[in-house]
Amino acid sequence: MSAPRTLFDKIWDSHLVDRQDDGTCLIYIDRHLVHEVTSPQAFEGLRMTGRTVRRPEATLAVPDHNVPTSGRAQGIEDEESRIQVEQLSKNCDEFGVPLFGMDDVRQGVVHIIGPEQGFTLPGMTIVCGDSHTATHGAFGSLAFGIGTSEVEHVLATQTLIQKPAKNMRITVEGKLPVGVTAKDMVLAIIGKIGTAGGTGYVIEYAGEAIRDLSMEGRMTVCNMSIEGGARAGLIAPDEKTFEYIMGRPMAPKGGAWEQALAYWKTLPSDEGATYDKELVLKAADIEPQVTWGTSPEDVIPVSAAIPGPDAAPDDNKRSAIARSLDYMGLTAGTPISEVAIDTVFIGSCTNGRIEDLREVAAVAKGRKVAENVRAMIVPGSGLVKNQAEEEGLDQIFIEAGFDWREPGCSMCLAMNADKLAPGERCASTSNRNFEGRQGRGGRTHLVSPGMAAAAAVTGHLTDVRELS
Amino acid sequence: MDKFDKLTGTAAPLPLVNIDTDMIIPKQFLKTIKRTGLREGLFYELRTDEDGNAKDFVLDQPAYKDAQILVAGDNFGCGSSREHAPWALLDAGIRCIIAPSFADIFYNNCFKNGILPIALPQEQVDLLMDDAGRGANAVVSVDLEAQEIKGPDGGTISFEIDAFRKHCLMNGLDDIGLTMAKGEKIDSFEERRKLSQPWA
Repeated sequence: MSAPRTLFDKIWDSHLVDRQDDGTCLIYIDRHLVHEVTSPQAFEGLRMTGRTVRRPEATLAVPDHNVPTSGRAQGIEDEESRIQVEQLSKNCDEFGVPLFGMDDVRQGVVHIIGPEQGFTLPGMTIVCGDSHTATHGAFGSLAFGIGTSEVEHVLATQTLIQKPAKNMRITVEGKLPVGVTAKDMVLAIIGKIGTAGGTGYVIEYAGEAIRDLSMEGRMTVCNMSIEGGARAGLIAPDEKTFEYIMGRPMAPKGGAWEQALAYWKTLPSDEGATYDKELVLKAADIEPQVTWGTSPEDVIPVSAAIPGPDAAPDDNKRSAIARSLDYMGLTAGTPISEVAIDTVFIGSCTNGRIEDLREVAAVAKGRKVAENVRAMIVPGSGLVKNQAEEEGLDQIFIEAGFDWREPGCSMCLAMNADKLAPGERCASTSNRNFEGRQGRGGRTHLVSPGMAAAAAVTGHLTDVRELS
Repeated sequence: MDKFDKLTGTAAPLPLVNIDTDMIIPKQFLKTIKRTGLREGLFYELRTDEDGNAKDFVLDQPAYKDAQILVAGDNFGCGSSREHAPWALLDAGIRCIIAPSFADIFYNNCFKNGILPIALPQEQVDLLMDDAGRGANAVVSVDLEAQEIKGPDGGTISFEIDAFRKHCLMNGLDDIGLTMAKGEKIDSFEERRKLSQPWA
């Protein structure tokens, strides 16, 4: 009998192409997602060395970071953005890489379209030049972000030089309270482990509250693993996973489906497998969360007051808190629910899926966006947009005064025209509240989709449970 | 990639924790399709005010304008995977970063660009931060082969580094070339998988 293995160990072992005496490994990469920002220099590298893409069919490209989310028929106004998107098309054409262009209904945020198409499958290794590649771990695939040099490496060789990560398991026991979502759960986890707590680890999320999540919710949790420092998050595949994948365009069919399914069922961690680090949380203790500072670890329950520098354990932390409060224009001791907002952004690879939009619609229905608040909803893909429109969600949004837009990364990182002005305060369903992330001087509060909708209609950070 | 063996130069202090890659290079500089010329965007929002005027950022001060080493706080390089961050640092002449810890993706990206990231215990970083605060008079030497840092007062600090990464950095090796030499192993892996997991 071999020793019990974790889900991570199993995926790692099955992708090992070579292991050097010093422990450095060459691992095989099954799927490679490509977008316009982190790939041009990689394709240029191939061109300069006369190399080709080893497996174009295992590669899928999409423009998402730079694309406009309105007036798309007019093309991209910003010249640099336009060149970058055009360059992606040229590169895909030259190297034979499949591309969902800006006018393709399947276009969207790279981490939304992978699962949507069945490109993302359990047990696979998946990479992308983007730190939120961790999203795909929701399917029990080892998925992580890489730099452009590694993008080039994968394009050329379909492998990566790596050392195995350590195993961490985070178990969330019991049931989440009503009105508390996957986003609140992952923010609470990051608050607990800190933004570097997962460095060097792959986090496996387990427990009843994780199993109870939909695939959309699981993607939200895995997506933000990187905000806790872990390159990858993992959730064991189960019947929900298989049901989500079945019938998707790139998913296996017929006999191959049966064969794949039998394999996928062997993936969950073995009984008795050991982890280098363990953390257990009780779902019942988690409230809706809001970030107050400039790191995702700066998070509190919506019922709490903004902390001050005195709360910190050391000088470095104290000065970091003081700096964050100054940047955010906040005073320690203020209840976070009293903070007024100017803008609401709903979308991103964290919360741009259909379930997120339904959550927003449930709050928005029959209500109006507060005066002086601009609220935008950016669906994660063309297919999410279509589905929301089939369900009539767009009408609810428009009637409530939300701006219903075209798919893309949008104000999550503000590379396109959607950005915050200096001092503008935003309740955002995205993943990073870094200084300047959503626009220079912009102030970001990370929240769940329901919480973002609640802030939109009340004009301040609000416990969504008070509106139901 | 340029080799890295020994480096002697000024170290600039940047005593902030969680310096993220958005801070190292903001999004507006990611629209380039080149690897070079990113110096202009390095720490742009720390360096300039909203009108683009200089804010006397440490790397712009006369004492540090030739700095090749950066001493920073915990969890350096967290956030986005953008390799534009190490490209911008390199373009500004930074070849070595010393901090208590680094985020994984950034740490890895450094090695692909001939930059040496060194993780040290907080107390040792604090000492080097003090040294760096003394400006151009405080010359720090980094010897990768010996895995040692010498401070301006002659004290020596040892550091750990993965043997394979050290080898690649010291010889300026191209990862892709190394892997392509293992082409037969990749071929046979793919052959095996075609049988065991035809859907993959």
